[in-house]
Amino acid sequence: MTAALFAEQVLNGLQLGVMLFLMAAGLTLVFGIMNLINLAHGSLYMMGAYLTATFQQATGSFFLGLLLALPATAVVAMLVELVALRQLYDRDHLDQVLATFGLILFFNELTRIIWGPSAYFLDVPEVLSGTVEVLPGIPYPAFRLAILLAGLAVAAFLFFLIARTRLGMLIRAGASNREMVSALGVDIRLLYTLVFGLGAALAALAGGMAGPILAVQVGMGESILILTFVVIVIGGIGSVHGALVAALLVGLVDTFGSVLLPAAAAEMAIYLLMALILVWRPSGLFPVNA
Amino acid sequence: MFMKRALLVTAAAALFALPAQAAEKVKVGFIATMSGPARALGQDLLDGFKLGVEKSGGKLGGLETEIIEGDDQLKPDVGRQLADRMVKRDQVDIIAGVVFSNVMMAIAGPVTRAETFIVSANAGPSALAGEMCNPFFFNVAWQNDNTHEAMGQHVQDAGYKRVYLMAPNYPAGTDALAGFKRFYKGEIVGEALTQINQPDYAAELAQLRAAEPDAVYVFYPGGMAVNFVKQYAQAGLKEEIPLFGPSFLLDQSVLQAQGDAALGLYNTAFWSQALDNEANVEFVRGFEEKYGRLPSPYAAQAYDAARLIDSAIRRVDGNIEDKDAFREALEAADFQSVRGPFRFNHNHYPIQNYYLRKVVKDEQGRLVNSLEGTVFTDHADAYASECKMK
Repeated sequence: MTAALFAEQVLNGLQLGVMLFLMAAGLTLVFGIMNLINLAHGSLYMMGAYLTATFQQATGSFFLGLLLALPATAVVAMLVELVALRQLYDRDHLDQVLATFGLILFFNELTRIIWGPSAYFLDVPEVLSGTVEVLPGIPYPAFRLAILLAGLAVAAFLFFLIARTRLGMLIRAGASNREMVSALGVDIRLLYTLVFGLGAALAALAGGMAGPILAVQVGMGESILILTFVVIVIGGIGSVHGALVAALLVGLVDTFGSVLLPAAAAEMAIYLLMALILVWRPSGLFPVNA
Repeated sequence: MFMKRALLVTAAAALFALPAQAAEKVKVGFIATMSGPARALGQDLLDGFKLGVEKSGGKLGGLETEIIEGDDQLKPDVGRQLADRMVKRDQVDIIAGVVFSNVMMAIAGPVTRAETFIVSANAGPSALAGEMCNPFFFNVAWQNDNTHEAMGQHVQDAGYKRVYLMAPNYPAGTDALAGFKRFYKGEIVGEALTQINQPDYAAELAQLRAAEPDAVYVFYPGGMAVNFVKQYAQAGLKEEIPLFGPSFLLDQSVLQAQGDAALGLYNTAFWSQALDNEANVEFVRGFEEKYGRLPSPYAAQAYDAARLIDSAIRRVDGNIEDKDAFREALEAADFQSVRGPFRFNHNHYPIQNYYLRKVVKDEQGRLVNSLEGTVFTDHADAYASECKMK
């Protein structure tokens, strides 16, 4: 592998990594703070992609479409939280898995009824349709670079939000002791709803940005969901910076695994990585309650 | 007393000896993948079949026709249960449809052992064309390798010297590449097998560019086709290295989702909506009128499946209980196929032409496949010689 090709594959790995981070950040917050296993997180990713495509066709602009899809998906998610998930917080994880698996089926069928069974069209915005020569002789799709940059920007924003703002403080407090937070007069239920909406908006951002690259189709959330769970387990459940490190790691291992290893071994690479890391650190790289 | 009994016996014997009478009704069990990401393929198959039945006024071969639908969910075990139920409880005369070869392999055994006919409208596994060929199994689409063989021939004829191959890592994927290589004799500079349903091909595309091939052949059906074709164009490779594929990469079920990324790409198939024969013109217009979209090759295959069954029932005057006669009637393939010339080989797989097609925009600005030429005339599959059936 030449240095130039190596650099290109690193970019590919990082781009997959930030995509996974956007998914994992929401999932790990919901899991870590609300103690809820949400299998339907991939459905929010799918909703983000479909809504971006729909708004893009209505407005004629991809960016406007994406911008509208984020709050729209968040609203859908908060409704789901109010109607369905609130009943699940006090129940055990098995009930949550069953109920949110049901939500996956619900969202898949709903999507099929609204948008039809065939894949839906969403194109790369005109300004980002070309390639950029990142290194001499290596044209790289401009849109993928934009995903990489957007993902890093969102990561920075999240760290600022959690470390420096009042909402972030409440999120952290809610994670360590929710009874105490409610005793201090904070509406913990409202906080949960907001966190869930935030996670959904991040998933929608990932889905909307993936739309132009991937087939926007029913079930698109399931393949990324599995990788996302691997990421939050490696990173340490509930830890956002753990999710970032783990997402980039998984992105790189998956990318290099698929080009360096034979097909069967490549499919196992990230699971081997997870197993090795869990042997070394059973609670993940950055355990929250260490 | 004795006379009476003798009379009864004679009467009973006469009853049983009566030549099998024309059935009043034909029951078809239609199995296809109607859920999950591959649902669009099953839907096209079913819609095409129904249109084919409608063409006979809803009566295949003049018999009242009942279609019992079943969704195999792309699971061989589910397909097998469906087939068992259709054969034993519903007592269907024919099982038709079936999108995926692994599902077909699971149902072919039990159904043919029960001496029920199968008319595959899509799945064409090599085993059933070769040593496992069966008097009760017919394929009215193609053998899995054929479409890839045609493109192997075209890429060879077009003079490309260095080809890079990609396919998903499952039996149909490896078969596809084997089919291509059977007719392409140049150098294979690289071959990548990817995970099935893999969404992102960025890493493999970087490797592909570095290998500097002068042409690329890939087999990706359904959602994978959408992902791959879009990403190939986005990486700037479309202008650099010509991309070739089978019709599955670029058929009507995925073209609209691929958009302009697919424009100008070449692919091979046994059929095109642009084929200018009477049956096809009627089919394409009828399909568009009824369903509001253009037909895919899947729809064309299933339409032909219905037309074939219709012709065979007519040929035996509705007497489908006589299995040998009905088999001969199916073998005769006495119907106007939408693909033009069509006949069955001795292994019950088609001998037919394969065409080169190109993705263009029609007058309404829709993406369609135009007809660019004929690659193979009267092409048979490579496994027929292993079939002992006469």
